[in-house]
Amino acid sequence: MQLFATLLRKFFLLVVSLLCVATLTFILMHTIPGDPFMQEQAIPAEILKSMYHHYGLDDPLTVQYGRYLKNLVTWNLGPSFNYEGRTVNEIIADGFPVSLALGCESLFLAIGSGLLLGSLSAAFRSGWQDHMAIFVSAMGISLPNFLIATLLQFFLAMKMNLLPIARWESFAHTLLPALSIAALPTAFIARLTRSSMIEVLQQDFILTARAKGLRMRQVILRHVLRNALLPVITYVGPLTASVITGSFVVEKIFAIPGLGHWFVSSVAGRDYTVILNITVFYSFFLMACVFLVDVLYCIVDPRIRLREGRITKNQN
Amino acid sequence: MDPDHFLPLCSRQPIVQDQVVAGSSYWKESLRRLRANRIALLGIGILIFLGLFALFGPMLSPYEHYEMHLPMKNSPPSSKFIFGTDELGRDMYTRTCHGARISLFVGITAAFLDLVIGVAVGAIAGCVGGKWDEAIMRTVDILYSIPHLLIVIMLMVVMGPGIFTIIIALTFTGWIGMARIVRGQILQLKQLDFVRAAEALGASRGRILLRHLIPNAMGPILATMTLTIPTAIFAEAFLSFLGLGVQAPATSWGSMASTGVYALRFYPWRLFIPATFISLTMLCFNLVGDGIRDAFDPRLRT
Repeated sequence: MQLFATLLRKFFLLVVSLLCVATLTFILMHTIPGDPFMQEQAIPAEILKSMYHHYGLDDPLTVQYGRYLKNLVTWNLGPSFNYEGRTVNEIIADGFPVSLALGCESLFLAIGSGLLLGSLSAAFRSGWQDHMAIFVSAMGISLPNFLIATLLQFFLAMKMNLLPIARWESFAHTLLPALSIAALPTAFIARLTRSSMIEVLQQDFILTARAKGLRMRQVILRHVLRNALLPVITYVGPLTASVITGSFVVEKIFAIPGLGHWFVSSVAGRDYTVILNITVFYSFFLMACVFLVDVLYCIVDPRIRLREGRITKNQN
Repeated sequence: MDPDHFLPLCSRQPIVQDQVVAGSSYWKESLRRLRANRIALLGIGILIFLGLFALFGPMLSPYEHYEMHLPMKNSPPSSKFIFGTDELGRDMYTRTCHGARISLFVGITAAFLDLVIGVAVGAIAGCVGGKWDEAIMRTVDILYSIPHLLIVIMLMVVMGPGIFTIIIALTFTGWIGMARIVRGQILQLKQLDFVRAAEALGASRGRILLRHLIPNAMGPILATMTLTIPTAIFAEAFLSFLGLGVQAPATSWGSMASTGVYALRFYPWRLFIPATFISLTMLCFNLVGDGIRDAFDPRLRT
């Protein structure tokens, strides 16, 4: 029961956050200097007036705000002002599946290699594996992702011809972009796993397990991994954000027709409605992911359930 | 699991009497721990060198950062141009120094403003408590869940590029992390006895906050600030890569790197030089920040 109350509270916070993002976007849209119909040729006043009326831009702000919120809820994100006839919905429908595929691949890569590196580090503490893993993590954190992407493209694709240079055609095409996006999260996950594994390995119940006669491998598989994984789950929120922003540069560098590519083009072309609406979309997606992970964490870790329950009981 | 733990008592070393150690303060001990951390010291050394490079580098060069030598454009590093020239024939060395000034300025200013706002909000939330704390923390939670870089991009698109708009955009959501940490620290410190003693002696709440709570929370505050700087530098480079960074003729490492990417095939130094500087700076700040955080960690106190 307390678990349900907690989840309900989190869901409520999610809705309020989404409202904040939408409102902020609306405010920003209306503070942009100039008007959306500024073209090279001057438009006669009559036509301008009727265009404003057609797009509903001459209504008072509160009415526009209400209409904006209604549009968001009914998933009508409006037209693009730069590309004649395309709506933001179409742009998202075109680009998002590609970005989603790339994102998922990067996610798996990041979590997989991060866990592996972190576990190696913790298991062989102060050995050469640890030092190497720490070095790789440091590189991952300090090299910006556009740099890693261009370096990988330059060395592995152009010079050594190991993998395709650009575009999104086969599985081999997905490797370099996914690697570039995954670099930074891998480093974070490796560090996180390392410190949480070290902490878990120092607990008493590990000593008990060893004293009972379990081999180290069994101890790690049955006890350590489960406990060490929990901080990594909490990191998935920032991880998704990092994958999304990573996709902007990587899709541009590797000419991948994903949503990030569209987003960057509209930023360069100052297509304001597209920029702002895609931002709202990304925010919604990100916050939904974080919420789902939160729910997952509550379910997976029984201590959270009990702790939340205890807190609610004490407050009564 | 140390085999030494299972030796019979008689073969272990005799228990030494507690040695009398000269008392030292939290600050002195933490600074001593920091000084013992050689990697952090190396990071600090490199950062000092970079600072000097930014401040005095241009004086060592006969060129200005906007001076064009078109016949010599895109030339590799040579005795005439130590770091080579860019696509307009400008000396890369001078431009790197100027880029250092701007990138470091943006990074440090944004982190410092984050510090000021974050400490103010976090201290008020932690110290005042009650309904104000609830209200502030709810707001912070909501703002924290909004993706930071996306908001920065939106603000930059609306405000237009430029150094000060970048700093404002970065500070807009950057103070939240600091506020949370400060609030956590203050809530922890509030329970300690010295605060109660100060209250009993009649100190006002403001005085306790300024004189006792904030100085003792300085460790994590400094660590967070040091770790925010590379985030700001990276964000500035990222924005420049998208075309939203500082505008010509002012230059930053980010904008140099973003133009260098297109020339990678034939003129690789144009990317590698600013890239090396960005990476080195970020790495050093990360190492120093980690070092400060470990040094001031109260759990390691003897």
